[in-house]
Amino acid sequence: MSQAISKETTPATARNNARFSPLQRALHWTMAVCILAMLFIGVGMVSTVRPDYLTLVSIHKPLGIVILALGLVRLAVRIMRGAPPLPADMPQPMKLAAHLSHLAFYALMIALPLLGYGMLSAADYPVIVFGVHLPSLLPHSDALHTLLWNAHRFLALCFFALIVVHLAAALFHALVRRDGVFHAMAPWR
Amino acid sequence: MPDRPDVRASNVRSLIVITAVVIVLVAAFAYTAGWLSPGRLTPSKIVDSLAPPGGPALGFRRNHAIGTCFTGSFESNGAGAALSRAQLFAAGAYPVTGRFNLATADRATPDYMARVRGLSLRIALPDRSEWRTAMIDVPFFPVATPEAFYALQQALASKDDPDAIKNFAGAHPAFGAFAKWAGSAPWTASYADDRYNSLNSFIFTNAHGQEHAVRWSFVPEAQPTDVSANQLKQRGAKFLDDDIARRVQAAPQRWTMLVTVANPGDSTADPSKAWPDDRHTVNAGTLVVKAIEPEPDGACRDLNFDPTVLPAGMRVSDDPFPAARSAAYSVSFNRRTAEAKAYPRNVAQGAQP
Repeated sequence: MSQAISKETTPATARNNARFSPLQRALHWTMAVCILAMLFIGVGMVSTVRPDYLTLVSIHKPLGIVILALGLVRLAVRIMRGAPPLPADMPQPMKLAAHLSHLAFYALMIALPLLGYGMLSAADYPVIVFGVHLPSLLPHSDALHTLLWNAHRFLALCFFALIVVHLAAALFHALVRRDGVFHAMAPWR
Repeated sequence: MPDRPDVRASNVRSLIVITAVVIVLVAAFAYTAGWLSPGRLTPSKIVDSLAPPGGPALGFRRNHAIGTCFTGSFESNGAGAALSRAQLFAAGAYPVTGRFNLATADRATPDYMARVRGLSLRIALPDRSEWRTAMIDVPFFPVATPEAFYALQQALASKDDPDAIKNFAGAHPAFGAFAKWAGSAPWTASYADDRYNSLNSFIFTNAHGQEHAVRWSFVPEAQPTDVSANQLKQRGAKFLDDDIARRVQAAPQRWTMLVTVANPGDSTADPSKAWPDDRHTVNAGTLVVKAIEPEPDGACRDLNFDPTVLPAGMRVSDDPFPAARSAAYSVSFNRRTAEAKAYPRNVAQGAQP
């Protein structure tokens, strides 16, 4: 079956299959900006008492919901469309690391907004996003709030660390290995 | 292979670029988080500065650590709708969760020593929005900025410098006025006798989109009986909670909500400056306190009376305090909820709603 398909594959579709779809790339780069902004806003807001605090919090909450929605769309697209294969000459540990990091990215971009939303619910804060009062996810509970708050903060820092490693790996592929892995997700063309 | 050294050199350049990108990104993150700026006034620093010499009372609010819960209602008369479109001001009665409290971080403070008392409210509205406010019974705030508030806590804590407070007062004239008030204003013998003021300014927007800078006060219907500091001392260390419980059991206690509208030019950014007495005020309704709940089992215990939880039609002004309070209250809330075991409820866990 795959043999039959590959026989019919034109050079153009072969090149396309070596890359993420335009929708996947658009989602990746949009979310890259959103998530990086989100992490900076998060650590920035909890470290200031200036009026910026309220501005940053008022961006952090709706942006979290946007990231959650985009993350779910992206997960669906990924399941349906898949990902281009990694280069055959990539060492096995690197391939494993790539696969695990993708898993971690999906888990974090969906879990972190839910943890934040759940943490606010458990603290009995009203959650208002884009003027809409969102329902409370969880009952009012000190223990739940503490658990979710700790998880939200710890995983957010992990997320940033993962992004740093991901960026370094992407640049390594683009500049050193020049193996097409970066090109597969490149924002252009 | 003549190009081999070129490739190697190019790879080295690439690795340097990658390292530089990583360093810049991590440094920008660390800077944003304040890890490179020890001088930045963070909410944690403010909360730390409030701790009494023996350390904070675990599981309790980091300031206003003594208090008692109540439930009741806010009976809006509809007059506030001229100022704000918040449902709070549509005529009707809305459920209230509240807390009377003392402005001290030290749980050992006797009632007669706590110069400043507070009233916090959470009013739930039918459109599922809510209003939270935390007020105190002083006519103006002791300091003009959150930075000055922090400096004041540091001055109060510096035991080895006898001139710390004097120096602080010299540099912050608002504090002198407060000290004068604290030394001369009469005391009352009950939470029910106190007038509680927002001090901070907020902006109200009405249904026509008109904006007004306002402050508000909850004025007691009880006739306040002034007592001297010495008379108060004779009541014992802890009398306020019993007093308010007794009064509320006998009859609901009421406060009138007065909204004061700023004149053009009145300072909204500085809560240490009271507005003149002749400002237009609107009687917006009545707070009715119907039942006292001891704090260990009260609904107020695990609520954060964050003064920036506002319904549509109310928002913060250029007053820097609500943002600073929101940031610091959040830290206090996160700490005390993590220490909930240190402040057990009287009833079994899970028994309350």
